[in-house]
Amino acid sequence: MTQLDLITTVAPVRVREISAEHDARTEPRLVRLAIIGIAVTFLSLFVVLPLVIVFTQAFSRGVSAYLAALAEPEALSAIKLTLVVAAISVGLNLIFGLAAAWAVAKFDFPGKTLLITLIDLPFSVSPVISGLVFVLLFGAQGFFGAWLQARDIHILFAVPGIALATTFVTFPFVARALIPLMQEQGTQEEEAALSLGASGLQTFFRVTLPNIKWGLLYGVLLCNARAMGEFGAVSVVSGHIRGETNTMPLLVEILYNEYQFVASFAIASLLAMLALVTLVVKTILEGRLQEGQVPRDD
Amino acid sequence: MTIEVRNIVKKFGSFTALDGVDLKVGKGELLALLGPSGSGKTTLLRIIAGLDWPDGGEVRFDGENALARGAGERHVGFVFQHYALFRHMNVFENVAFGLRVQPRAVRLNEDAIKKRVNELLDLVQLAWLSDRYPSQLSGGQRQRIALARALAIEPRILLLDEPFGALDAKVRKELRRWLRALHDEIHVTSIFVTHDQEEALEVANRVVVMDKGRIEQIGTPGEVYDNPATAFVHGFIGESIVLPVDVRDGRVELGGKALNLESQGAGAGPSRLFVRRHDMQVGPVGSGVIEGAVRRVRAFGPIQRADVALPGGDGETLIEIDTPRDRELNPGDLVGLQPRRYRIFSAST
Repeated sequence: MTQLDLITTVAPVRVREISAEHDARTEPRLVRLAIIGIAVTFLSLFVVLPLVIVFTQAFSRGVSAYLAALAEPEALSAIKLTLVVAAISVGLNLIFGLAAAWAVAKFDFPGKTLLITLIDLPFSVSPVISGLVFVLLFGAQGFFGAWLQARDIHILFAVPGIALATTFVTFPFVARALIPLMQEQGTQEEEAALSLGASGLQTFFRVTLPNIKWGLLYGVLLCNARAMGEFGAVSVVSGHIRGETNTMPLLVEILYNEYQFVASFAIASLLAMLALVTLVVKTILEGRLQEGQVPRDD
Repeated sequence: MTIEVRNIVKKFGSFTALDGVDLKVGKGELLALLGPSGSGKTTLLRIIAGLDWPDGGEVRFDGENALARGAGERHVGFVFQHYALFRHMNVFENVAFGLRVQPRAVRLNEDAIKKRVNELLDLVQLAWLSDRYPSQLSGGQRQRIALARALAIEPRILLLDEPFGALDAKVRKELRRWLRALHDEIHVTSIFVTHDQEEALEVANRVVVMDKGRIEQIGTPGEVYDNPATAFVHGFIGESIVLPVDVRDGRVELGGKALNLESQGAGAGPSRLFVRRHDMQVGPVGSGVIEGAVRRVRAFGPIQRADVALPGGDGETLIEIDTPRDRELNPGDLVGLQPRRYRIFSAST
């Protein structure tokens, strides 16, 4: 056997040994199992288990008790209020967020950095503080309190206050979803549309909006989830008037404190379902967003 | 359509992008704006298109004030460097866009739009791609669709911003020839921006050389190559050998030694002598006005290229010369250099 033959017969065996034991990107099996185990345990404890408990508690006295709890006037009123508040704040934030993202992504102006920081403010402030701000502004002793009282306008402890607080807390979602997307897309397509004779509105509806629609939906979705689930800020401005100013999260707490577990968890199960639906839609939208990012060859 | 630009000034913060630019473009011309990056050529193009606004000056189309009109009202076709095709529309819809956004009173009906778009797609030879999306096209195809889209509105002027800049060399050469042929066919007044001198010289009727927000020279490709008006143009277009010389009492000195060369009216003081590489004749010592020592020789193809050290400036200047391959040249040899044609510019210009 020549030396060359020796090398060719021995070498493949070596390579296989190395790939099993010493591949730089693969951990030993024990470590891999341990890491996967930790992740699965953590997820089960903190995500799956609570979800299961919410639903088992909600249905602990059967389906009819569950449905009866949801049909209570107080529950119906809370669901209706939550939907109304979410519709208002999502609608407002759709417009504000779009305008803010448009301004930040497509134009340069003094104070742009400040604007970006301000957009993020609601994320960094405790929701309770956000609520308190509106109490200080519109409360009886507040900045506009006397003026509003003289004209019999109710903002605090009424729908407008709850909608305002929710809008404030959820403001960043739409803008945050759009700014990076619009920055990446630049202004050239808009310029092309303008030079082809399109008006500003035509450019927006035919070029800008189709390009950002998935990002916009993504922002709206997250904004909606947060608007429906908001507790802290709403709790401060709501006044907890039963059947009038309780949103679903507030009602969950009230019912729980009154030991009405089935009713409390029934409402909670609705919020949990909202979360699950949001998650599914979010995953679909993220896929769309990825597709939308056309690879450029330049 | 003629274009007249008068004393255009444009500043971005403290940076002056255009510093008093005057330019006249005749009907049916194909003009190149040539310059290094930061010379203001793209800014000038965008101002003509109405995508940017000047801080001062005038833009006139056929004598009419264009600055009074927005980009959409100028009937200017603009082709962007990175195509800027609408990514959510297919090729057909991209080309049809300019026709569909017309006010209802003048908008073509659907059949007429279809006919016009198909004509344009035939013109750019890409009718078979009409259902594709921009992301499915090659760079060259995208650029031709962008051109068809710009032509759809029957522009009075066609403006192209680095139209071939993002393409690879082979496609670039092909498209260049194609654009030239297309212009001969449709004869619309056109301006294109480029930093590639070969592109400018090959495609354009006239070339505008720009630097630092100013126009250095306007002329036919032959004029700007053979008779550069400034040191910048000489250095930017074609390959030049540059020597630091001094002009004293109308004589030209290199490294303190007077050369038997005309000062061409350059003012006294430090100046630069420009010679095209092919205009520098290489011979034995004494055959030229300049003497130098060969440092290094590279031979490839029909020529050999040599680094030659000349006295001058502070110490010595190294220049690159070409000679025919059959001429024996070795490191250490002394050679005589004689510029057949040359230009002298004061160092301040």
